[in-house]
This record gives sequence, structure tokens and C-alpha cells, in this order.
Amino acid sequence: MLETFSTAWYSLPSYARSTVWIVIITVSLIICVALLTLWERKVIGWMQLRKGPNRVAIFGLFPGLGQPFADVVKLLMKEIIRPANANRFLFRIAPAIALIPAFMTWAVVPLSPELVVADVNAGLLFVLALTSVSVYGVIVAGWASNSKYAFLGAMRSAAQIVAYEIAMGFALVGVLMAAGSLNLGDIVRAQSGGPLSWYWFWLFPLLVVYFISGVAETNRAPFDVAEGESEIVAGFHVEYSGIGFALFFLAEYANMILISALASVFFLGGWLSPFEGYLPAGNPVTDWLMAPSFFWLGVKIFVFLFFFLWFRATFPRYRYDQIMRLGWKALIPVTLVWIAVEGVMVYFKVGPWAAAG
Amino acid sequence: MLVQILFWAFAAVLVGSALGVILTRNPVHSALSLVLCFVTSAAIWLLIEAEFLAVVLVLVYVGAVMVLFLFVVMMLDINTEELRSGFTRYAWLGWLTAGVVIAEIVGVVMARSLGVDVTKGAEPLPADYSNTTELGAALFTQYAYPFELAAVLLLVAIVAAIALTMRKRPGHKVQDVAKQVAVRPQDRIRIVKMDPEKGA
Amino acid sequence: MPETDFSLASVAPALPEIYLTVMVCVVLMVDVFAGQTRRGLTATFTLLTLAVGAGLTAMYSHVGVRTTLFNGLYVADELAWVLKLFGFLFVAFALLYSRTYLNDRGLLRGEYFVLALTALLGVFVLASANSLLTVYVGVELLALSVYAMVAFDRESGIAAESAMKYFVLGAIASGALLYGMSMIYGLTGTLSIDVLADHLRGEPSLGVILGLVFIVVAVAFKMGAVPFHMWLPDVYHGAPTAVTLFISTAPKLAYFALAFRLLAEGLQGLVQDWSRMLAALAVLTLIVGNLVALAQTNIKRLLAYSTIANVGFIVLGFVAGTPAGYSAALYYTIVYVLTTLGSFGVVVLASRKGFEADELDHYKGLHARDPMLAFMMMMLMFSTAGVPPFVGFWAKLRIIQELWATNHPWLVVIAAAVSVVGAFYYLRVVKLMYFDAPADVPDTERQTGVRFALGLNAVAVLVLGILPGPLLDLCARLIHQ
Repeated sequence: MLETFSTAWYSLPSYARSTVWIVIITVSLIICVALLTLWERKVIGWMQLRKGPNRVAIFGLFPGLGQPFADVVKLLMKEIIRPANANRFLFRIAPAIALIPAFMTWAVVPLSPELVVADVNAGLLFVLALTSVSVYGVIVAGWASNSKYAFLGAMRSAAQIVAYEIAMGFALVGVLMAAGSLNLGDIVRAQSGGPLSWYWFWLFPLLVVYFISGVAETNRAPFDVAEGESEIVAGFHVEYSGIGFALFFLAEYANMILISALASVFFLGGWLSPFEGYLPAGNPVTDWLMAPSFFWLGVKIFVFLFFFLWFRATFPRYRYDQIMRLGWKALIPVTLVWIAVEGVMVYFKVGPWAAAG
Repeated sequence: MLVQILFWAFAAVLVGSALGVILTRNPVHSALSLVLCFVTSAAIWLLIEAEFLAVVLVLVYVGAVMVLFLFVVMMLDINTEELRSGFTRYAWLGWLTAGVVIAEIVGVVMARSLGVDVTKGAEPLPADYSNTTELGAALFTQYAYPFELAAVLLLVAIVAAIALTMRKRPGHKVQDVAKQVAVRPQDRIRIVKMDPEKGA
Repeated sequence: MPETDFSLASVAPALPEIYLTVMVCVVLMVDVFAGQTRRGLTATFTLLTLAVGAGLTAMYSHVGVRTTLFNGLYVADELAWVLKLFGFLFVAFALLYSRTYLNDRGLLRGEYFVLALTALLGVFVLASANSLLTVYVGVELLALSVYAMVAFDRESGIAAESAMKYFVLGAIASGALLYGMSMIYGLTGTLSIDVLADHLRGEPSLGVILGLVFIVVAVAFKMGAVPFHMWLPDVYHGAPTAVTLFISTAPKLAYFALAFRLLAEGLQGLVQDWSRMLAALAVLTLIVGNLVALAQTNIKRLLAYSTIANVGFIVLGFVAGTPAGYSAALYYTIVYVLTTLGSFGVVVLASRKGFEADELDHYKGLHARDPMLAFMMMMLMFSTAGVPPFVGFWAKLRIIQELWATNHPWLVVIAAAVSVVGAFYYLRVVKLMYFDAPADVPDTERQTGVRFALGLNAVAVLVLGILPGPLLDLCARLIHQ
């Protein structure tokens, strides 16, 4: 049975197999987003000594688990309102522009040693390019809404993303110097050898900068001035209702998952096991624990996602000028200095890339 | 074959969006059409295996330059009527320039008539060929000198931009972050000991 | 992949560029950390930098034989070496003259000096360019620095306006340059100036001529030749006088190098074609420059049109199309820069805090108020007019000799005629200073050190005029073909 399935699978042409994987990844992502919203509300609830959603159950089990699905149904049924004098075409297309890059980037993310939809050479550049494109959803939505609040949100978002993209790019320059490759799979393989040879250890400042920039690029708290509900209501998506709003929501959370996955790939060894080489080999359990697999990537993504939620629950929102100051005057210099330090380390063959370099 | 179809599709979108840049009345639409232009040009570059240039085009122009461009265009209150006022008066100049440029492009495409050999199409490259590596190697060896000069050029741009825009106006209020961070409790709160009030 | 040698010994001829790049960063850092508390420190440090740089260049980067570096993108020869030394010298003097002026107007900020140094770096890059790529980067480096310097006084609306004009027209010129270069590159398949010279022998194709037209336009624009001179009077007039002073010094050397490297070296095979184009430009430039200068009442505008007229002579040197012609153009450029440096120096010194001595009327009776300044100005004006025994005379004579030698009698007639017209407005300045009643204007600046430097400058104009031999021989030796 399994045999026949496997033969049938590999007899498919490669584009058909890719298509199947694309569908599987997209659908799982959407489900993950749904569960992430629930997890967020739960975590924040617990941090604030509340219970979080605990009413909607599925078949009477797991109280609260049905909440996100109920929300989806609610949003789908709501009326879509287009403000007067809003730009019809751009207003409709903006949520899609926000969503597409968030999903597209997954094409180059290596999910397990065997599985990556498109194993391209310039994967890292592709990632950078797409994360920078994602701002267009916000800008177009803010402008097309014909609303002052939305417009302010869009402007803030544009300035913020341009600023943090530079820091993010520099942090990734450090990664590619270390790995000597732009291919994400090769970057993960270059980190093999246990947690201490993952790049988080040698490139710790870059990890911090990358993750902070990632939080800023997804417009998440404490960098959520683009939404800023206390000042500009809901920022760029204030005029969106129903499914339009839901798509922005989906894009934001998909981006969170994406940033977490990329941070895991670049700095925490992606699908590599944290126990690699530390456990006795030879029995099935430890062998499984030490083998690289999708499971480990999932765990790492989950850890980073928890940081996102933790930030949101605990940090007050930055002011706009503070965001600019942090981006230009703190993060970018840190990356520059560390790239220089890394250059010295590579030259003197200190660190895990000594052998490769 | 597939490459051919993709090329024509992207080329069609590219030409369409390029027309959009100059024909739409709203400057924001023009800018967005330009974004589409860049993206499709990047796709065409991908078809000729120049993946580094393609991605950098998207990264730099779409991701940074056009964002700032839109930023400005959206905030400007452009009066299109006024912009159009001299249109017919200067149209002949526009047509003339367009004619010259078209003639030149035709000349380059039909370069044989100008007395040179047209370059041949490139051979397909092997799968492990990395455009990025090759470009990096060329930039840091053969073209190291202009590359470094370009870096100085960017430095000049930064210095000039800051020198021309940053000014300290009198009465301009900003926080001194270092001071804010270095603040101690005793700077803000004074604990005063006083005798308990006596009942009247 | 070509092996690239970056060892210290192999890049020694590029020492001026390397030194200057490093010092740009150092000056910037000095200014950031000490410029706020100790005003003027950056200025002093920059002057020191220039002096040390000139010394280092003189000692270590001289090459006897023409060599190329950085995979043929950079050429080191004696011409480049001498141009760089002059660059150091002229920029140092320009900054020295303008220090008090800048300080009085709140412009004495570190960025000014950083921009001056990067502009000088652009001059060096052009002086040593051996590839179209390097030429373009050099042009942009110089232009970008100068645009920012023109706009440096942000309180001044007219400065901002002229910077804007300069920037927009400069961008068009850069576009023309790139367009021309790309056509030539497309047709010859090379960016290297050496290789271009080999490729473009024999009958040129139509495409190459088209490319050449664009390059000539760009060069004419950068030099300020009519009809591409529109920016020049506005920029000279609008920019702070210190910046005008700067623009009229080192950049002129760079534009000579630009024309020489591109036309005389790279496109030598097309000399027939471009010399005809330049001849037309030169005639227009001489006539328009001199005639319009007659009508000026503002001394900065007057000197701007005088610049245009002088550019006409430099272009005439290229029209000759022979090494002797280029060396005459080189001689003219150096002499012109030396003289203009002094003239604008006088204008800077005649200005005080809150007062710009930029109207001709402000110079009425300068002799009575400040005889020394008036005397220096007179020497400089005579020199520019081409009166013997000043050096300007020899410069004009050399150009006319070469035109005669290469059989351009009509150009000789025009050049001689406009020189006579030109003498009129230079002598008018002298007349105002010596024979008119003193104007009611603030006193001139009386800083001894700066006056001494300006005196040296004026004396140099006289001494080089009495003993023209060494500089003439040097210029003749530098152009080797």
C-alpha cells in the first residue's frame, strides 16, 4: 500500500509534486495561523492572569479550540464595506498584495532535509526581496482607503520597514559570510554539529538584530505604530471589514510564522537536532532524537513565536521617533560592528566556519 | 518553449505597465505601475539566468526606492491640470525626442547596418553556475577600484543629505535618550520627612 | 578570472586616492567627535591633511613610465601626478581663503571640508581614469560633492535655487555621458580607454559618431561651453562665494582631464570628427562669454562669463588636436585656475560678515580703501585679460600659436578679436578700483596670513609671466603621445 503510493508519487512529474506540496504547505499554514491566534490570546491571558478564550469547543471537547474557526466564519459572513471615494481596484487588491509575499517566501524555506519546494541558489536574497515587498500591501491599503488614519498608518509603516530592512539585510550578510552560501538548505547544513555550532552562538548580536527587525517588519508590538489603535484607531486596515480584514490578519500572522521559521533556519540550525552528537547512538529513540527532521524546525518556530507573543504581552509600544532611533542608530551600527568582528574571526579561522572557509 | 511563453507573457505585462506609468492620470497609479514594471523586468532577468540582478532589482528598487517614492508621491498634492497645461505646446519636442530614441533603438537592434556584428545569444549555463558568485568575484577583483569608489560616492550622498537636511533650530525639542536612561530615582522623587500633623 | 594584485608596492602610484579616501573618513570622525566643541579644528585639520597629502604624493607616487593599475581601470602617469599635486595645492588655497568667510556665515561646518575632500578625490579619479567606468564614477563623485557644497548655505534661497539648477542640468549631462559611453561600449565591446584607442582607428561607423556626439555634449556641459553653459552663471552667482571659489579651481583641472582622457586618449581615432564639433562650440563660447560679460554688474556673474570665455580657449586647445595643442590647453587650464583662485580670493576677502562684495560698484575706489587688495586684483585682472608680462598672456599666446600651427586661421582671428573685447571688462574693474570715488561699504578683511597667501598667488601670476619657461616645458613634457 505504502509502496504503491510511493511509486505513484515519484512517477508524477516534478511540477505536479511541487504543486501538491504547495497546496499542503499553504493549507497547513492557514490552519497554523488560526491556532496561533488562539495561542496568542491564551498566552496573553495567562500572562495577565486571565483564562483567555474558553467557550467555543469542538464536539464539546477542548474548550476554546473552536474559537478561531468561529471567528473565521464570522468574518466571512460579514458585509464588506468600501468607503466612499476609496480607490476601488487598489482597495480590493491590497489584502492580496499583503498576503502573497507571506506565502511565497515559503517556497525556498527548507522544511526538512529532503523537503524544500524550490531549492534555488539565491534563496537568501529571494527571502530578503519578498519580505521587502510585503510592505506594499500596507501602503496600498492605507492610500486606497481614502482615510486619514489609514494613510498615517501606511506612512509610518513605509518608513519603518525601509529602516529595519537595512538592519535585517546586514544581519543576513553575517549569516551568508558564515555559511558561504545563499542557499537556505546549505546554510542549515553548514550549521551541523550540535547547538554550539549553530550560528546563534557566534552571531548572537545578529540574531538579536534579526529578530527585532523581524518583529518590526511584521508590524507587531512593540513596533505596531502602523496599527496604533490608541492613536490612529487601527491604522492601515481601519476601513476594512469582513474578509478583507481577515486577509490582513492572515498575512500578519503568516509573516510571524515566516520570520520565526527564517530565524530558526539562519541562526538555530533549521531542521538540525539540538541533541546531535550528544546522545549515545544505536537505539531507535536517541537515533530519532539526534536525526535532523521537520519536528525540530517546528519546535524552534514555536519558541520564536512564543517570543512574539511574549513581547506583545509585556512591552509598551514604541513611539515613532524611538523606532527610527533604534533602527538607524542602534541596530545598524551593531550589525556593522559584528560583521567586521566576524570578518576578523573568519580571517583568523576562529569558530565553526574555520574548516569550511 | 515554456520559457518562450513566459517571456512573452512577462514582456506583455512589462509593456502594459510601462504604458501605465506614463498614461495614468494619478501619480500614485504611475508609481505603482512602475513597481509592476520592475517586478516583471526582474522576472525577465530570471529567464536569462541573471538571478542576482533580478532579486537585487526587486530588493533595492521595489523594496526600498519605490517605497520612499510612493511615500513622497502620496503626500504631495499634485495638481495634474497644471502639469498638463503646457502639454500641447511642448508635444512636438516630446515626439521629436521619442522619434530619435526609437530610431536609435532600431539602429542598435539592426546594428548590422551600423557596421558591427550583433552579439550572439549566450550559451545556457550549467546548473551549478552561480550568477551571484561570479558577480561577487568580478566586483572584488577586476572591478574593485570602481566598486570602492562607488562606496565613497554613497558616503558623499549620506554626508550631503545629512548636511543639507539636519539642522538644529532654536526651540526644537528632542529628548536626550542618554539622559533619560541615566535618570535615577532620587532625581525624580524627593522623600521628605515631616512631623505628623497635630490634631487641632 | 584575472589574478588581481593588491600588494602594497603595486598600488603605490594610487597613494593619493587611497590616502584621501582614508582621510575623508578621519576628517569626518574628527568632526563628529571634536568639531562641535572646537570650531575651526576640522578646517585646520583638513589643511594639514592636504599638505601631508601633497608631500606624500610628491615623494611616493611619482611614476616615470605610464603604468596601469587595478586591472587597467587606473592609469598612473606624470600628467595625473602633476594634476593631483596641483589639485592639493589649489584646494588648500581655496579652503584657506574661504575660512573666515565661512565662519562669518555659520557655514564653517565639518561636512563642508569632507565634501571638499571628496570633490578632490573625484578630481583625482578623473585625472587617473583609464576606463569609461572610472570616468563616470569620477564625474559623479566630483559633481555630487559640488552640488551639495553649492546648496550648503541653507538660509539662502538663491543658493538652493542654483544648486537645484546645477543638479538637474548636471543629471542630464551625466545621462548624456552614460548614453554616449554605452553606445561606444556597445559598438566596440570595451570600456578601457587604451583598448578603445586601438579599436577606433579608421573610418568610424555612424553609431560611434552618435556616441561621440553625446560624449562631447557631456564634456561641453561639464566645462561650461556654450550652448551648454546655462548653469554656470547662475551657480557662480547663487553659490556662497567660498563655494564659487572652490568650483572654479580643482574641478577645472578635472574637466581638463575628462576631456583629455576621453577625447584625446580614448577617441583619438575620431579626432577629425570631434575637433570640428569642438571648433563650433569654442567659437560660440568665446563670443557669447565675452559679449555677455560686458553687460554684467555683478562681479561673480562677470567672473562666471569670464570663465565661459576662458573655457572657450581651453576648448580651442583641443580643437588643435595635437599633443602640442593639448599641452597648450593644459597650460591654459593651470594658469586660468591660478588666476581665478586669486580673483575670487579677492572677492572673498572684500566681503565681511553680513556683507557680500559681489556688485561691481562695491569695488569703486578700492585702491583708496585697501591699496594692497586693489593692487593684487589689478594684477589678476591684467593676467586674465592677457596683458603681458602676466602669465595669462602666455597662455593665450600658446593656444593661438597651436591654432596657427594646425592651420586654423579663422579661429586665430576670432580668438584674438574676443580677447580684445574681453580686455575691456577686465580693465573696467581696474578702472573702478583706481579712478572712481570710494564706495560706502564695510572694510575689507585684514587677516595677515590669508593676505600673505593671496599675495603669493598674485606674485605667482607675475613671476610665471616673467619666467614662463619651466611651466611651459612641464606641460609639454606631460602630454606624451
